Amino acid sequence: MNKINKEIRILLVVIFFSLLVYGGVETYAHKVMHKHVDSKSYEYADLPAVTKTGDPIAGAALVTGAGACTGCHGIKSQDIQAPMDALTAVASYGVNPPDLSTVGILYADNFLAALIKDPASALKVEHKFTDGKLHPMTAFGGAGGDIDQEIADMVAYFKSIAPQEITPKQAYEDACARCHEMRYMKATQIGDTPVFKYEKDSLAHKIQVLEYQDALKKYAGKLPPDLSTIIVARSNSFLTTFIEDPQSHRKGTSMPRTGLTADATDKVMEHLTNSGDPAKDMRNSLGWKVILFFIIFSVLAYLWKESVWRKLH
Amino acid sequence: MAKIRKATSVGDWLDQRLATETIKKVMATEYWIPKNINFLWAMGMILAVLFLLLTISGIFLLMYYKPDTGMAFDSVNYTIMAEVGYGWLWRHIHAVGSSVAFLIIYIHMFTAIYYGSYKNGREMIWISGMVLFILFSTAAFSGYMLPWGQMSYWAGMVITNLFSAGSLELHGIVEWIRGDYVPGDAFLTRFFMIHVLLIPLIIMGAIGLHFGALRIPHVNNQDGEEIDFDTESAKYLAGDTKGSKVMRFQFDFLSKDIFVLGVFLVFFFYLVFYNFTFALDPVNLDPANGLKTPPHIYPEWYFLWSYEILRPFSKDAGLIAFGFAQVILVFLPFLDRSPNVAPANRRGLFAVWFWVLLLTMIALTITGKLPPEGIYNTIGAVATWTFLGLWVVLPIITMLEKKR
Repeated sequence: MNKINKEIRILLVVIFFSLLVYGGVETYAHKVMHKHVDSKSYEYADLPAVTKTGDPIAGAALVTGAGACTGCHGIKSQDIQAPMDALTAVASYGVNPPDLSTVGILYADNFLAALIKDPASALKVEHKFTDGKLHPMTAFGGAGGDIDQEIADMVAYFKSIAPQEITPKQAYEDACARCHEMRYMKATQIGDTPVFKYEKDSLAHKIQVLEYQDALKKYAGKLPPDLSTIIVARSNSFLTTFIEDPQSHRKGTSMPRTGLTADATDKVMEHLTNSGDPAKDMRNSLGWKVILFFIIFSVLAYLWKESVWRKLH
Repeated sequence: MAKIRKATSVGDWLDQRLATETIKKVMATEYWIPKNINFLWAMGMILAVLFLLLTISGIFLLMYYKPDTGMAFDSVNYTIMAEVGYGWLWRHIHAVGSSVAFLIIYIHMFTAIYYGSYKNGREMIWISGMVLFILFSTAAFSGYMLPWGQMSYWAGMVITNLFSAGSLELHGIVEWIRGDYVPGDAFLTRFFMIHVLLIPLIIMGAIGLHFGALRIPHVNNQDGEEIDFDTESAKYLAGDTKGSKVMRFQFDFLSKDIFVLGVFLVFFFYLVFYNFTFALDPVNLDPANGLKTPPHIYPEWYFLWSYEILRPFSKDAGLIAFGFAQVILVFLPFLDRSPNVAPANRRGLFAVWFWVLLLTMIALTITGKLPPEGIYNTIGAVATWTFLGLWVVLPIITMLEKKR
């Protein structure tokens, strides 16, 4: 019995020093090296809440009226095509204006309202638009009535046409894909890469992607990173708080605040996981079985050892 | 030629041609191990199993890995992680296996230091073990280059730069090692060769030497007691298995080893499935980019203590201290001037020396990871000087030690 106690004491010493090293080089060092940012629960509390009750029908007229949103944006779900293709749009504006079909489910209401009123400030990219440079999206100056009521109407319209559910892929495509490539999902900034029969078509498509990326580079300062492995290359806490407010981690970055809701962020994270960590579910479901196998193995090995050692002591 | 009889069994047939019975006796059933040991004596077996796991997982990874700067990153992070069935499992076993191998190596080393298992005839066990440590370090470093992530590239840059030897500015040597001005394709393919062929071959030879070095002095025991293995084994063979101080390797010692191995594998596969980021640094999951230096460049945890020794000094002094730290452990058997083979806690000042060495190396490891600023610099510098000083005082305190 004393012998076993001694072995356990030795084991505790080994575990203590191993954990000391682990705690130092992992837990503690990560705390020192990575700034911790708390999530503000995607409420965007710095932006005013939408207090007026919006009327979707009035909103529809404002969104689709002459010189309004659909002058630049498409709304595919309502059969409204964007006036320009992605490549022409990016050459004209620097970024490709998003389709508005799903904005009502992706983005927080107060964020949408603030964005319509003053894009650069809602997106937190004012530092990019100084010295008379203007954000490519024109601020909505009102259509003659109460501007807050009009904006509430537009937001109500977007919510009324938005789907009830959105897939992770759709959320990622609508929120991130116009700037970020994802080569593991064969996705570029101008959509998923089709399968081409002839090499010249494939090359022509590639040239389009490169031209798009060149325009984007000019706008953003550098090409936004490919997000194929980002889910494993950054911590969960970094990614979610970065999506919520990029400036909180990288002061001065060109990445705009996305305004995603908590649910939409989850969907985006799920898509990032599908690309960068596709084995996650399998790993979690297989792991405990392997561990259980070795626990049983150890118990049997112990019983065997006891039977062998009975003749030794 | 020996006289060959008609064989009575397959075993007998083989025995007549290969002396398998003799080999079995020498290697296993009559290879004698002291009874007075604890589970720390199973670390060698665990390391052998880890080397096997690394070899097997490495063979599977080798089938899909592409040593080309344009393809390496995606062959690991896409082909192996997403397309190959269970490719992720082999990669996790390989990455966690290499990291945990160092944990076990350090436990194995400190066990040897604590029980004095490196002297009085056991010098070659220690020296061949240190050779294995250096070989495993080379394997770990060269393997770390292969996924061609940000940390592969920048660690490759920093470590190969050390060969310019500070103020000697031997940039020609650095370029010769890299095969280019910066780490590139030539660099990657040669580290690939080193990792998958050259070093594993040498390691296999060194493991043979390490095992062979145990034959004559035999395995040490918990009290450093000198055992007469001939008498004790004769006692065992005569039937007095309880009275003998030794036991057979197979299966007396092995049955306990396998139990310890089972417990270890529970821990190991917990790490493989649920806690692997310590062995798969997130920074290295960004593709290599020669135009973007990561904010913190640090080696894997097992190199941190020697990396930290570089930092408190100016360039040249740092390199000298670093070189000293790399080789000094090899000389431990000759710097310990006391003939006593006993656990450190029965060796007076040596006990203090042992625990200070352990704590110093842990302090160096932790500060090696932390950014070099403020209090961490101070702790790092104190730990570095303590580490260097420990080797100066070791011969003195061991000379003063009373002979037992």
